[in-house]
Amino acid sequence: MPQVFRRPDSLKEAPFRYCPGCGHSIVHRLIAECIDELGVRERTIGIAPVGCAVFAYDYFNFDVIECAHGRPPAVATALKRLMPDRLVFSYQGDGDLASIGLAEIIHAANRGENLSVIFINNATYGMTGGQMAPTTLEGQKTSTTPQGRDPSLHGHPLRVAEIMATLEGVSFVARTAVDGVRGVKECRRLIRRSFECQLSGKGFSMVEVLSPCPTDWGMTPVESLRWISNRMRSTFRTGIMKDRGVDDWRRG
Amino acid sequence: MGNKLAVTGNQAVAEAMRQINPDVCAAYPITPQTEIMQRFSSFVADGKVETELVTVESEHSAMSACIGASAAGGRVMTATSSQGLALMWEMLYIASGMRLPIVMPLVNRALSAPINIHGDHSDGMGARDSGWIQLYSENAQEAYDNLIQAVRIAEHEEVRLPATVCMDGFIISHSIESMEFLPDDAVRDFIGEFKPLHPLLDVDNPVTYGPLVLPNYYMEFKRAQHEAIGAAKEVTLEVAREFERISGRSYGLFEDYRLDDAELALVLLNSAAGTAKDVVDAYREKGLKVGLLKPRLFRPFPYDEVADALSAAKVIAVLDRADSFGGFGPMYMEIASAMMTKGLRPLMINKIYGLGGRDFMPEHAGAVIEELRETLDTGRVKVPKEYIGVRE
Repeated sequence: MPQVFRRPDSLKEAPFRYCPGCGHSIVHRLIAECIDELGVRERTIGIAPVGCAVFAYDYFNFDVIECAHGRPPAVATALKRLMPDRLVFSYQGDGDLASIGLAEIIHAANRGENLSVIFINNATYGMTGGQMAPTTLEGQKTSTTPQGRDPSLHGHPLRVAEIMATLEGVSFVARTAVDGVRGVKECRRLIRRSFECQLSGKGFSMVEVLSPCPTDWGMTPVESLRWISNRMRSTFRTGIMKDRGVDDWRRG
Repeated sequence: MGNKLAVTGNQAVAEAMRQINPDVCAAYPITPQTEIMQRFSSFVADGKVETELVTVESEHSAMSACIGASAAGGRVMTATSSQGLALMWEMLYIASGMRLPIVMPLVNRALSAPINIHGDHSDGMGARDSGWIQLYSENAQEAYDNLIQAVRIAEHEEVRLPATVCMDGFIISHSIESMEFLPDDAVRDFIGEFKPLHPLLDVDNPVTYGPLVLPNYYMEFKRAQHEAIGAAKEVTLEVAREFERISGRSYGLFEDYRLDDAELALVLLNSAAGTAKDVVDAYREKGLKVGLLKPRLFRPFPYDEVADALSAAKVIAVLDRADSFGGFGPMYMEIASAMMTKGLRPLMINKIYGLGGRDFMPEHAGAVIEELRETLDTGRVKVPKEYIGVRE
């Protein structure tokens, strides 16, 4: 019988230990599939965040470095500049990228560093147990905003992809959501595009992924997918915000 | 008297914060401290405190927000652990240099790399020189009691310095134990109303905090800071005496456990001291003159009093849950300084234990006591500094 589905080489033989319904396992797999397809596993360096995906190196079957909270873009910059033939990507959550590390990401993007960033936006601080993140929706209840996020006290949800799109150094930026088959397939296309952008030397690219956190949202996995579709997508518009195109990187 | 309940260390600290009812709190989560600020956020939302809660984007911002609020004239708190304290480092010195009595629970956790979320004292010891008062706590009860007393110590007019209250991550922060709370009004009366000194919000009397001071006056500022933190020692004792009157629980600069005639002494901080006391008891039953000293006030360090308490000791083992790489453990250096300054020359050994949350078991304490016994017999230190409970 022909084999139609298998574990990508870029994933180790390790079961995902994320919560049921968590988006990390989906996005990890999509990244691994793209790296397999591009044939660059041996020259990929991933950056694991602080957050639930701190364990990314337990799953990815390529080199990974762990960084202090918020600092992956600075570390990625150095890695890529010293080893320009590598595919370097950071995998960051909203606490890491949009909160404590906002300065690093903005400046790496503004310098047009030739990097890929996979930004997981689940509208909460997942690992510490569901506190308000910069991306938390208006009115969303979290453990530090038990009466809902009030913009007059806590600010507004930060739309990182839109901010990135305004920066000259950015070549490609898009937002998608893994809230269904269509979203998952789109996410895969966009991650691949971001990697191709880097491989063809076009500069900084980022894919923001709206991703479920059923545990901290207090929802079932299915409810949390619906919440992304019905609530998150209206605050965070999906689509490609900027695309300067990619070249055929294999020819060079 | 108060109310006895079974709670986690974090819950005990959050309850103390509710009773303290600070004007401003900055909140940023970090394991294993998160539960404190999370519980406190519920108190804010439920109207149980009148605190302005600021949800900031990093610990650097958390301490910056505290500095602003404290200089403005408020009673201010936050809480952190490990990398959070490390990120605050720059602001820690600014808080103490501006003489702002911010009070901060520190749930001790190891520092990266490799990343680790479990308890050791590397974070607190890293902030040793930052000018903050540091109190260490063996268990939830002590963390609760110390936090309430820290408010008084920090805000005392002769001190006016920030203070941190440490307890071991997970071992204490997440374990449930029985402890006694004071009634809300007893805590309120004990800490009293906050008296701002030169607040920025007093617009009729304008002041500047943290101006540029060059070689002409900088050293006088630091001299004043040295004086102020030195004063915290007497104030700690005075506050402890008053605290005993409302709680029945007595505190000193440290706990001396069966030290009076002890020829062999152990020195260690926080939760591991609890484990080691049982082992000391077992050896005392066998007739060995062994005792233990558990520092409480680490900054300012009470050198004279510690040396007096250890004056009968012929051999001392100092156990550090942090390393000063390339040097002795930080607690060892303090004890050695204390003894030396008084002209006391016991044989001393240093053990590094429990890093990154590695368990400290009674047999570890037992092995150290055995080594002390051998050191006393031979009159010779075998290894001055050594890691214990570790794979070689």
